[in-house]
Amino acid sequence: MTIGHEAFTFVRELVRAESAIVLEPGKEYLVESRLVPLARQGGHKDVDAFVAELATRRNPASMRLVVEALTTNETSWFRDTDPFTALRQSVFPTLAKTRTKHEIRVWAAACSSGQEPYSILMTAQDTPEIAGWKIDMLATDLSLEMLERARKGEYSQLEVNRGLPATTLVRHFERAGLNWRINPALAAQVQFRQLNLMRPFPAMGKFDVVFLRNVLIYFDLATKRDILRRVRQVLAPDGHLFLGAAEMTMGVDDAWERVPAGRSSVYRIREEQRTCVP
Amino acid sequence: MRALIVDDSRAMRRIVGRILADAGFETVEAGDGQEALDVLASLDGDLPVLACVDWNMPVMDGLTFITQVRKQVQWRSITLMMVTTESEQDRIVRALAAGAHEYLIKPFTGDALVEKLDLLGLLPTPVGDHS
Ligand SMILES: C[S@@+](CC[C@H](N)C(=O)[O-])C[C@H]1O[C@@H](n2cnc3c(N)ncnc32)[C@H](O)[C@@H]1O
Repeated sequence: MTIGHEAFTFVRELVRAESAIVLEPGKEYLVESRLVPLARQGGHKDVDAFVAELATRRNPASMRLVVEALTTNETSWFRDTDPFTALRQSVFPTLAKTRTKHEIRVWAAACSSGQEPYSILMTAQDTPEIAGWKIDMLATDLSLEMLERARKGEYSQLEVNRGLPATTLVRHFERAGLNWRINPALAAQVQFRQLNLMRPFPAMGKFDVVFLRNVLIYFDLATKRDILRRVRQVLAPDGHLFLGAAEMTMGVDDAWERVPAGRSSVYRIREEQRTCVP
Repeated sequence: MRALIVDDSRAMRRIVGRILADAGFETVEAGDGQEALDVLASLDGDLPVLACVDWNMPVMDGLTFITQVRKQVQWRSITLMMVTTESEQDRIVRALAAGAHEYLIKPFTGDALVEKLDLLGLLPTPVGDHS
């Protein structure tokens, strides 16, 4: 049995309004399968009944759970490898020459369960040029559930098998029952906060590096453009932006230029677009 | 490229073998560490680039096998990966100290094994963004 048209339309509009995530017609099956657990928990006979009640009562907590259920939180350690190699071999060493306060500010803008910000910190520790530097790391996501997992820093065996070299595992993690817990000193270096990319950003100063990976793909063109424009405002004029492998700025926000960095590439604000000096 | 699978479970050898075959490896198998040493000696010259090694096996366990392989200069080029249910931290540390390059904990998915191969630089076309 799949979700009815009316229920699908309601969910689709709710998710679009609250997260900018676009659920095209044809995604009925996805919506159905993601909402079944919530419908069951609420004691409803099916997803349609659950959504019908949601549409009348508009309970904010339930609406939030529906939106979160429709985010895709897939992530891994050192995802795609190359961006992290680029950080270690090119981006951090470049910043090492200009950041006289020995501090680098990094924002992981859709951090999911935390693998990305933690991988960035581990990479910083492996970069001799910035040994002993302070990494001011902000990690944000829309999903409160993911932020809670990220803060806790506990990962299953299956999750640590994904992309984490064994030497890194034993260096930065400890066993916690069946799970692995990230070193508390490393976890304490990350500030986790909820942030919805579609809304105006709060005051957060300028960042030297922004990771905005594997999240723009869920948005429509206008939203992508708007987010990239606002990211320019919080990135240092000589800062570095990382996007996902399937994402690019070309044709979306051409104030960016793509610069090769090792086997990967980073995005930088074009010289003529760098308005203010920090 | 050739890979050696060392495990006393035939089912496990088959599972690992299939994943490695899909990743482009030709595989040879051994049921314990001693048999694996014999296989390596007999392959002389046409060595595997990779050995996936279980820990607990009769006759000779995986840790001893790894220690033995690391003693032989002519086998230095072989990349060693522990593939085992042993999941305690000090076990992993011991295996790495003995000369294992990677450590995969059972149960694992095919993707996890392939990602380890990628980390080890043993995939013909690495996964991820290289555009
Ligand atoms: C596929 S994950 C990517 C995780 C990580 N950046 C990576 O590349 O592995 C996408 C994340 O974007 C988050 N997300 C979706 N819409 C969002 C929005 N409007 N604002 C902030 N985060 C959002 C989801 O909650 C999810 O955790």
